[in-house]
Amino acid sequence: MDKKRGAVRVHPSRPVTPVAPPTTRRGAEHHKVDLKGHSESWLRNHIAVCKAALTKLLGTPVATMMTVAVLAIALTLPGFLFTVLSNVQSLTEGWEGETRLSLYLETSLGDEDADRFSRSLLLRDDIAAVDYISRNQGMREFKKYSGFGDVLDALTDNPLPAVVVLLPRSRAVADLGLMRASFEAMPEVNEAVLDLEWLQRLDAMLAVAKRGVFVLGLLLGLAVLLVIGNTIKMSIESRRDEIVVSKLVGATDAWVRRPFLYTGVWYGLLGALCAWLVIQVAWLMLETPAQELTQLYRSQFQLTGLGVSGSSLLLLSSVLLGWLGAWIAVRRHLRDIEPS
Amino acid sequence: MIQFEHVSKRYDEGFDALKDVSFTINTGEMAFLTGHSGAGKSTLLKLVMLMEQPTAGHIQVGEQILNRLGRHDIPYLRRSIGVVFQNHQLLFDRSVFDNVALPLNICGYSPEDAARRVRAALDKVGLLDREKMNPMALSSGEQQRVGIARAIVHKPKVLLADEPTGNLDPQLSAEIMRLFEQFNRVGTTVLIASHDLSLISSMRHRMLTLKSGRLIADG
Repeated sequence: MDKKRGAVRVHPSRPVTPVAPPTTRRGAEHHKVDLKGHSESWLRNHIAVCKAALTKLLGTPVATMMTVAVLAIALTLPGFLFTVLSNVQSLTEGWEGETRLSLYLETSLGDEDADRFSRSLLLRDDIAAVDYISRNQGMREFKKYSGFGDVLDALTDNPLPAVVVLLPRSRAVADLGLMRASFEAMPEVNEAVLDLEWLQRLDAMLAVAKRGVFVLGLLLGLAVLLVIGNTIKMSIESRRDEIVVSKLVGATDAWVRRPFLYTGVWYGLLGALCAWLVIQVAWLMLETPAQELTQLYRSQFQLTGLGVSGSSLLLLSSVLLGWLGAWIAVRRHLRDIEPS
Repeated sequence: MIQFEHVSKRYDEGFDALKDVSFTINTGEMAFLTGHSGAGKSTLLKLVMLMEQPTAGHIQVGEQILNRLGRHDIPYLRRSIGVVFQNHQLLFDRSVFDNVALPLNICGYSPEDAARRVRAALDKVGLLDREKMNPMALSSGEQQRVGIARAIVHKPKVLLADEPTGNLDPQLSAEIMRLFEQFNRVGTTVLIASHDLSLISSMRHRMLTLKSGRLIADG
């Protein structure tokens, strides 16, 4: 205890010692005096300022809540959309490489002929698997999942064609295109549809959506920056006297800046926490219906929320934006406040 | 301790606040700076604090040549100087104790050490029992003493005061001046700007007289 006290006591004499010889800059002279005492008091000041900034924010709960709510909304939107997109993307990734070619057979074709046709396809080298869905089987599944059972019962004829689903060995887009054309030319086939087409379209749409979310995120990030910057600017104005007096009794720019930077960081953190909470709740609400949907597609797909990396990205970027917004505000306005 | 050599200050509007002022105040000396309002007293103190830069001339405080200090050195210069203002510049959002502790917080004293020094300073100006009060609740004489406690709490080598008795009645003014004499007696260099001639002429200290920016009398 004594030792520590001694160290601290030496340090304060620092400012009174003649400041750096004229040719050198600040720095070394001061820090050389007592490095341990200096870093100790520096850390102590940071902790105190960090706490005081939070206390000050909580001291005006309504104003703080308003700002935090605005930040949370601005952060929730891109965060949520980003999560949705990454889920859709992981969904399509599961399908890629398993491109199927669906052959819708002529309805005039009898069940036996259709079955024979599907079997003949099994002999081909370029096809890995063949799945034959007869007209009746198709009808049964359609009834089960569409909910139009009664309407379908009223029909005298089965309007559905038999379908042969092929799994081609080749995954090259050009090969698949040729294959589709050759199948469509066959007399038994009414229409040949490559899954790839809608998958490609979906991919293209996803790319557009991703870019959209990115731009939206950029804009809303800018909004976060401006909101925090403006809030800090007002806070600087309201503490004008304190800044002037502090500068008069020897506060460095860093010392004056510090409380505002911490305020910005707190805003960023609180905003991110609220946004995180909103996203998680929204996700919970989505989970059950989404699971039902994926079950309909007999998919093994698992919905994933923000996750650890998403959450930390949200938190980190928000805190960084808070700090940056405060820094810009402080840089612009603090120099104007000089004792006169 | 404070040295001016041919110092001039012209403001941007073309007004000459100081013209070719030279003087030296030695370490441990106490001096008054007097003259009519607008004679340049405040400007001179501002130059010492580096709240203003001289247009010409050479200023030295202690070992530091002010003309050569950069923006980043200014805070460290100010920590070696205690200042008392006419309007005392106290912060009304915190207690008397916290007002006096501000320079110590800025210099990085530990809370225990700072508390000890704040109480010692408040004791010196006779306000130890007021530490928890808000300065707004104090009389103007007491507020000025809080301002003095804040100026001397970190034991600066130089103490400046700009019209410290401006708003006070003669009896309180004399008390304040006696406080400054006490600090001077323990080695602090003191420079007080005041136009209260009757009070300062009774105190037999060196007197620098400014008129329209020129030093017209020294002694």
